[in-house]
Amino acid sequence: MFQLHRNATGPRPDGAPVNPQRRGFLRVAGYSAATALLVTACKTDADVATPGGSTRAARAGDIIKFGTGDVAVLNYAYALEQLEAAFYEKVVEVGTLKGREMTLFTDIRDHEIAHREFFKNALGSAAIPGLTPNFSSIDFTSRASILLAAMAFEDLGVQAYNGAGRFLKNADFLTLAGKIVSVEARHAAYVRDLMIRNNFSNTVDANGLDVALSPGNVLNVAGKFVMEGFDLVGSGLIG
Amino acid sequence: MNVLNILNEISTHDPEVYARLDTRRAAMRAFGNWGKKLTLAAAPLALSAMFKKAYGQVPNSVVDVLNFALLLEHLEADFYTRAMMTVPFPDAKVREGFGIITDHEAKHVKFLVTVIQSLGRGTIARPRFDFSGGSGSGNGPFKDAFTNYGLFLAVAQTLEDTGVRAYKGQAPNLLGTGDVLTAALNIHSVEARHAAHVREVRSMFTQMAGLKPWITGNDTGGIGSLVAASYAGEETTMQAGIQITGINGKAISANAASESFDEPLTREQVTEIVKPFLVS
Repeated sequence: MFQLHRNATGPRPDGAPVNPQRRGFLRVAGYSAATALLVTACKTDADVATPGGSTRAARAGDIIKFGTGDVAVLNYAYALEQLEAAFYEKVVEVGTLKGREMTLFTDIRDHEIAHREFFKNALGSAAIPGLTPNFSSIDFTSRASILLAAMAFEDLGVQAYNGAGRFLKNADFLTLAGKIVSVEARHAAYVRDLMIRNNFSNTVDANGLDVALSPGNVLNVAGKFVMEGFDLVGSGLIG
Repeated sequence: MNVLNILNEISTHDPEVYARLDTRRAAMRAFGNWGKKLTLAAAPLALSAMFKKAYGQVPNSVVDVLNFALLLEHLEADFYTRAMMTVPFPDAKVREGFGIITDHEAKHVKFLVTVIQSLGRGTIARPRFDFSGGSGSGNGPFKDAFTNYGLFLAVAQTLEDTGVRAYKGQAPNLLGTGDVLTAALNIHSVEARHAAHVREVRSMFTQMAGLKPWITGNDTGGIGSLVAASYAGEETTMQAGIQITGINGKAISANAASESFDEPLTREQVTEIVKPFLVS
C-alpha cells in the first residue's frame, strides 16, 4: 500500500523545480532519487485523510498523511503502534500460545495498547484516523507464524524509533520516544530468544549498533499490513 | 542513513555548506569513496569529521555526553570481560549469550572512542573499577559476583537496566545532532536487548515468574535495596500528563502501564549509582 514512485526527471511533488546540480550531486553519491521523491497515487481529496481532517475511521484505499514537524513523527509512531497493538490483540484472542509465552505476549499486547492509546490522546485532534490492519499473511493458529511476525514487528518498531529520533525538534518528545523504543527492544529480544536461543540481538552490526530505518523504508514494510496507504510528501519525514 | 539529505537540509539553511566543506568537488569525492573505503556503519564517523571541518568544534556538551557513555561502556565491558573468565555458567548456551553481550560492550567502547577522536577531542581514561561495589576496597556487597552465578546475574541485570536508563536520559542532550543521536539511539536499543535477555535468563535461574524481560513497577527482581536507585521512578504510570493505567477505558493495569514505558535517569543519578564501582 506504500509506494515509492521513481521520478528522477519530473518536477518535485511540491511543485518546486528540481535543482539539476543537486541531482548530479545525488547521482554521484549513489543516492537514488526514488528515496527522495515519494508520492502516492492519490485519487481525490476525499481519499486523503489528514490529521484532524476526519473523524471517521480510515478505510481501505484511503491515503494517510501524517501532518508536519513533530506531529508527523508522533503520527508515524501512532500508525506503527496501531499495527502492533492490533497484531497482539489478535494473538491473545486466538490463544495459540501457552504458558509463560502467553503470559508475556499478553503483557506485550497491553504495552502496545498503552502506546497506541497514549499517542491517540497526546495527538488529540491532530491524530490520524484508526487504521485497518491486514494480517492475511499471518497464521494466528501457528506458533511459528506468530513468532516470526512478532519478531518482524518488534525489530521494525525499534528500527523506526531509532530512525525517527533525528526528525524530532522537541526534547520531551525525544525522551518519550526513548521510553518506548527500549520497551520495543525488550520485546524484540524476548521474541528472538524464543525463536532461537541467544538470538536476542542478531540485528546488531560490526560496531555493536542496532539498526535505524528511515520512515519511508519502515512504511514500505509496515504498509503491507494495513489497508490504507501512506503519503509522506510534505511531512518532513523523507530522508 | 541519509547523509546527503542532511547536507541538502543544511544547504537550505546555510547555502555555504558545500563551500565550508573542503569544496563541493572534494565533498563529492569523499562521498563517492565511501562505498569503497568505508562500511555504512563507519559513515557517521566520516560525517563527524566533515562537520568538524565545516563548522569547527562540536559543542562540549555533545562530547561530554559521549565521554559519559564511554565511562558506562568501559564499566560494562570490563565487568563482562572479567566475568567470562571466572563465572561458573550453568551451560555452554548461557555462556554463549554473555559472550555475545561482552563482544557488544567492547565494540561500544571502540566505537565511542573512534567517534570522539574523529571529532578531534580527547577521551576519558579507562577508569579503575571495583566490581564488588566497594569504592576500591574490593570488599563491597557484590564481591563474589565473579564466582557466584546468581550474584553475577544480579549485577548484570542492574548494569543493563541502568545503562538503558542512562542513555535515555542523555538523548535530549543530543537533540539535533543527527548521526550522533542516531548512533546513541542505536546503542540504547542494544542495551535494552541485553537487559531483556539477562532478565529472562535470570528469571529462569531464580524461578521468579514475576521477573520478566521488562521492568515492572520499581521491582528489583529480588535483588533488593542495594540496587533500588537503578529502578526508582520506573513505577510511574503518567506520561506527558496522561494517565496510562486504564487509559481510554482499556484494561491496562498499573503494572502494564509502568512496564510499557522505560524511564530515563539523569547523569547525576547514574553517577551516584556507578560511584561504588569506581576506585576513588
